[in-house]
Amino acid sequence: MKLTVEDLVNIGRGAAFLGTGGGGDPYIGRMLATSAIQEFGMPEIIEPDQLDDDATVLTIAMLGAPTVLTEKAACGDDVDLAIKRMEEKLGRKADALIPIEIGGVNSMLPIMAAARLGIPLVDADGMGRAFPEIQMVTFNVYGVSCTPLAVTDDHLNALVIETGSAKRAEDLVRVSSIELGCSVIMSSYPMNGKQVKDYAVHGTMTLALEIGRAINRGRKEGDPVEALVDYLQTTPYYNQCKVIFDGKVTDLRRETTKGFSIGHCHLTALDGSGRTMEVAFQNEHLVARENGELRAIVPDLICMVDRETAEPIPVEALKYGQRIKVMGVSAAPIMRTPQSLEVFGPKAFGLGEEFVPIEDL
Amino acid sequence: MRLGIDVGGTNTDAVLMAGREVIASTKQSTTEDIATGIVNAIHEVLLTSGVLPGQIEAVMIGTTQFTNAFVERRGLNSVAAIRLSLPGCQAIPPMSEWPEDLAAAIGEQWYLTPGGYEYDGREIAPLDELDIVRVGQDIHKKGIKSIAISSVFAPVNDAMERRAADILRQHVPGCDITLSSSFGRLGLLERENAAIMNASLTGHAEKVVSSFEKALQELEIHAPFYLTQNDGTLMQAEVVRELPIMTFSSGPTNSMRGAAWLAGVSDALVVDIGGTTSDLGFLSNGFPRESSLNVDIGGVRTNFRMPDVLAIGLGGGSEVKMTAQCQIGPQSVGFRLKEKALVFGGDTLTTTDLAIAGGLADFGNQENLSALSRADVERGLSAIREKLEDAIDRMKTRPGDVDVILVGGGSILVDENLKLKGVGRVYKPEHFSVANAIGAAIAQVGGEIDKVFSYEETPRDQVLAQAKREATELAIQSGAVKASVKLLELEELPLAYLPNGAVRVRAKAIGDMAFSAN
Repeated sequence: MKLTVEDLVNIGRGAAFLGTGGGGDPYIGRMLATSAIQEFGMPEIIEPDQLDDDATVLTIAMLGAPTVLTEKAACGDDVDLAIKRMEEKLGRKADALIPIEIGGVNSMLPIMAAARLGIPLVDADGMGRAFPEIQMVTFNVYGVSCTPLAVTDDHLNALVIETGSAKRAEDLVRVSSIELGCSVIMSSYPMNGKQVKDYAVHGTMTLALEIGRAINRGRKEGDPVEALVDYLQTTPYYNQCKVIFDGKVTDLRRETTKGFSIGHCHLTALDGSGRTMEVAFQNEHLVARENGELRAIVPDLICMVDRETAEPIPVEALKYGQRIKVMGVSAAPIMRTPQSLEVFGPKAFGLGEEFVPIEDL
Repeated sequence: MRLGIDVGGTNTDAVLMAGREVIASTKQSTTEDIATGIVNAIHEVLLTSGVLPGQIEAVMIGTTQFTNAFVERRGLNSVAAIRLSLPGCQAIPPMSEWPEDLAAAIGEQWYLTPGGYEYDGREIAPLDELDIVRVGQDIHKKGIKSIAISSVFAPVNDAMERRAADILRQHVPGCDITLSSSFGRLGLLERENAAIMNASLTGHAEKVVSSFEKALQELEIHAPFYLTQNDGTLMQAEVVRELPIMTFSSGPTNSMRGAAWLAGVSDALVVDIGGTTSDLGFLSNGFPRESSLNVDIGGVRTNFRMPDVLAIGLGGGSEVKMTAQCQIGPQSVGFRLKEKALVFGGDTLTTTDLAIAGGLADFGNQENLSALSRADVERGLSAIREKLEDAIDRMKTRPGDVDVILVGGGSILVDENLKLKGVGRVYKPEHFSVANAIGAAIAQVGGEIDKVFSYEETPRDQVLAQAKREATELAIQSGAVKASVKLLELEELPLAYLPNGAVRVRAKAIGDMAFSAN
């Protein structure tokens, strides 16, 4: 796939949709990617199948507090250093990079990184959406080690972490990132080409791009939400999708607990039927219930978009009175297996319900 | 006695007020030199009221001059942008994504140098004073006189920006310096953009403020004069020379505040129905609710405080299609109402035709409307109401009824005697045509802070008290009478992924000017 700088706007919008309320504002990521492309040229985007089975593939991501990222994002050298430390540790050069999550700002950082390093970026990721913690990826579910993992900051401080579990790695990274200023670069989950082919969610960069394009097309033709649904229905994984609610925000509760933005949003139907929906979130939307009945649940995607423009609405931008269409979208099959549900299914977020696929609701 | 003046692109309005009373008002044409238009307007209100120049205690001016100059790229300075951030924040250069013509107009000259802070106030790097000297020498050599300095997390600590400015003043004689910390909010790129925009306008500001001064001198008015800023509060003329962009959205703000004052309410939704669109804005405690979104001005992304205005395609010239649903707008005959509308002998059914046929207004030739059935008129008028009700509902931030102030030429479309869904009282104030000038005349002064605190290090009560105290002190520094200062807004935003219960707190206090005895 050949990208243009103009495509980044669409990828950003698609990534915000796939962020399901979280993942951070792709704007800053898009600016980083654009500047890197202007300096180093557009990186090549390759399909997982183009990788050799023994190719070395690394993830690259920004990690930190979204508010801090608006002041202080990657400086560039920190990205190069994270990859360099991983390469040193592994004793191999990276052949390609892959996003760890396609939702939000981390769809863009790998584009910047691939441009700087002059290596290809794989059209796939480890979530097909956004999740709040680094153990919540398919790579971890299917046995890829999260570590060695490198964390760097703009002072070119570097930490290489080795530990037995991805959750433990998450905890260590989280603690050190605070000392490093809450805006760090992380490279993790070193994989070979075969593992990427087997365990990544394929085609998600294309997916983000096409979501952005569909919304754009819809805005010209008259119904952006419909255009979005029409497009998703043509995709291999995200084809079970529907507008599960059309309403306005009538109540909003949120608090920050243990560093997460936790809360719920109540919507009331616009058709005067009195139906209500409650959507609970922990950075990302977790579960949607209509009049108490389950309508969609993690890891399926629950996405809120402006009902007129289909602009994805992040959790921090929700406010009373907003007119929203809530969409439920099927996650990739690889995300719905029993092993996957153990790591990022309802129970991983403390929800009582079992996972039920959106198509059965 | 105070004088409120609105200098728009087309008209210059003036109102003379004593306490809450409007003594005189006028509408004159804006002139190329600005001063003549102001002189004409003031002269007119003094003449009709018999008030002497010496009786005027203060002059408040609202203007869109700076917004227009920036959007039209008129008279902009060359600017040197300096970012204090190294080793951080080098990946996105200053002025990224600015429209090319605009970037070219101000020279695209920028420098990155060590400095800035982490979220918790630690230094990213100490200020490299020798490097600042080198930058200053280079700026001087290039002949640039306008400088914008932005440091990472300047809203948390502005010391480095101020120190860098001190050094630069010694090495760039006669320069104007804008600090990003003057624009409060977090978001480095947006704040830096605001600083650069501001620096590009200081030359123009000098000219405009001088012409205001000249006009007042010519009329022998020696009272202090102020300009109204984005949030509806006043700034001293001297400050405008340094911070012209603080006036960027004062137009809609003054209009809304003036409308509320005319209606005698402080909490209401202002609906300004024009020819093509209706603009809805929310007033709370007499101040417009601000948009939380980043706004583009002249193609540049900023994080200004702008009123949260919703525009919908409903106006006096909106075209009406009598289909099954009865479609109102968004197409409009606009300024051609007097040739296109049925009531004026035209061929297009407009909302104005419906209003006249429904007895809400009386002008044009009613015989031209005889073909409209009573049922269609009813249907059309309720479609207009529904469209408006829907927009009003979208602007609400809480359930329950809201009072509405209807202004603008298109307000004839709405029968205020019929209950609007979700609406309490409906006001239709008179003399709305000079609402902007009234909005300027009644402006107060304010102070605002926006900082990150830790509730684990400092208890919440103490943080909020401190935020309130700092905002109050800033308001008093800006000229508010201490006893009149009150807290207008206090906003807490918990920050995800930050330790120690980090919370971003924004506080805004306002008060009356010292001279407001009458």
